[in-house]
Amino acid sequence: MNDSQQDSTAPIVTMEKVNKYFGSLHVMQDIDLEIAAGEVVVIVGASGSGKSTLIRCVNGLEEFQSGRIIVDGNELTPHGKGGKSLQTIRTEVGMVFQQFNLFPHLSVHANVTLAPEKVRGLNNAKAREIADRLLERVGISNQADKYPSQLSGGQQQRVALARALAMEPRLMLFDEPTSALDPEMIGEVLDAMRELANEGMTMMIVTHEMGFAREVADRVIFVHDGRIVEEGTPQEVFDHPQHERTQAFLSRVLKH
Amino acid sequence: MDVNFQFDWQAAIASLPHLLTGIPWTLLISFGGLAIGFLIGIIFGLLRISPLRLLRWPATVYIEIFRGTPVLVQVLFIFYGLPQLIGGPINAVVAGIAAIALNAGAYISEIVRGGVQSIEKGQREAGLSLGLSRTDTFRYIIWPQALRRMIPALGNQGIVSIKDTSLFSVIGVGELVRQGQVYIATTFTALEVYLMVALLYLAITLSLSFALRLLERKGLVGQ
Repeated sequence: MNDSQQDSTAPIVTMEKVNKYFGSLHVMQDIDLEIAAGEVVVIVGASGSGKSTLIRCVNGLEEFQSGRIIVDGNELTPHGKGGKSLQTIRTEVGMVFQQFNLFPHLSVHANVTLAPEKVRGLNNAKAREIADRLLERVGISNQADKYPSQLSGGQQQRVALARALAMEPRLMLFDEPTSALDPEMIGEVLDAMRELANEGMTMMIVTHEMGFAREVADRVIFVHDGRIVEEGTPQEVFDHPQHERTQAFLSRVLKH
Repeated sequence: MDVNFQFDWQAAIASLPHLLTGIPWTLLISFGGLAIGFLIGIIFGLLRISPLRLLRWPATVYIEIFRGTPVLVQVLFIFYGLPQLIGGPINAVVAGIAAIALNAGAYISEIVRGGVQSIEKGQREAGLSLGLSRTDTFRYIIWPQALRRMIPALGNQGIVSIKDTSLFSVIGVGELVRQGQVYIATTFTALEVYLMVALLYLAITLSLSFALRLLERKGLVGQ
């Protein structure tokens, strides 16, 4: 279809001079960012810094006002005029939300098979096969016939992960995946994400779990007031932050 | 008039066969009207939350008009007024069904709007993020959940509309109240007959409540 998909070194995500406003609030300021295939990028920053907005722009859940975003060769243009490429991007980009957003009226199994059936056009048997494999992998296989409300938060988030993976995405977005969880359930979700990272999935993760970020990230990006203030390896950003904003932020979150 | 009036159970029972002939008409008008009203409600309820103002305002106008005027006036308008406009008579039952459909449709539009808007925005985002189209996201994710939340309100509207059909005795539809009036005209047993009429309405509305409660309980699975 285009050069970028044939060229394995081309970035999966390219953001060029992306700007976004909520009214008069400039929530993303000239964001330039490239994510390579297989890269795990963790985005950190204070709440309200624009880090969630940033990853929500990648699959078009948020519109932006200027600049451009290219995901796996498909371009998103300002003001949500993605059209067909927006749809294509969404089939290739999975997302895990803070509040899980499982479909409460569908069984765990049906949550996972819905998109492969309706979007990919798989028959039920094939979709179930994929769902079984993924639920097994996230350790939920014995709960497949239950409804989301019958599961713990950690289990629900693992189902949400399986649901996104069922579309065989090229890129996974995580928007604070453990922030709504009880502390004892955070580990199981991070374990599943760590496994995914080890398998080579390209991931953009917004999280407050600094220990996890240090361990799995290839690159850490620090966002402040809608700008990328600093980026580098976890060692660079966490151990030797250059920017005073980064230093101030880390001293607050790493203290406890 | 007899001061020591005794409730005449025999007269009450005796009126039943005659009253029961009104039930099919009451059911036809209420459920026929509600079925059409539900379709109207889905269409106009969704138009009401359309992002396009051009689609929103006709829906708003329709809802305000038919919610803001009495059903009795609506049916009189349709039965006596419209024929002057179209140059031919309108069947009373058709007029009744139309009045219920238009009136209930306005209320159901608002129920549909509220139901759909009550679904958390994350549900839509989850659907879209999986690559589902907006239509499929609505069809498979938003609507089934919204419909469940709408059941109690729809049940209320059903009961209101069933009772509203009693007004159509004025245009001569042979429904329950009309049959009662006809019967009383020859027997003068108003007390007994109207009690029976009331009980028959209660039987219909209680059956509906019961059926909806079952449906609701079933729908609660997985919520």
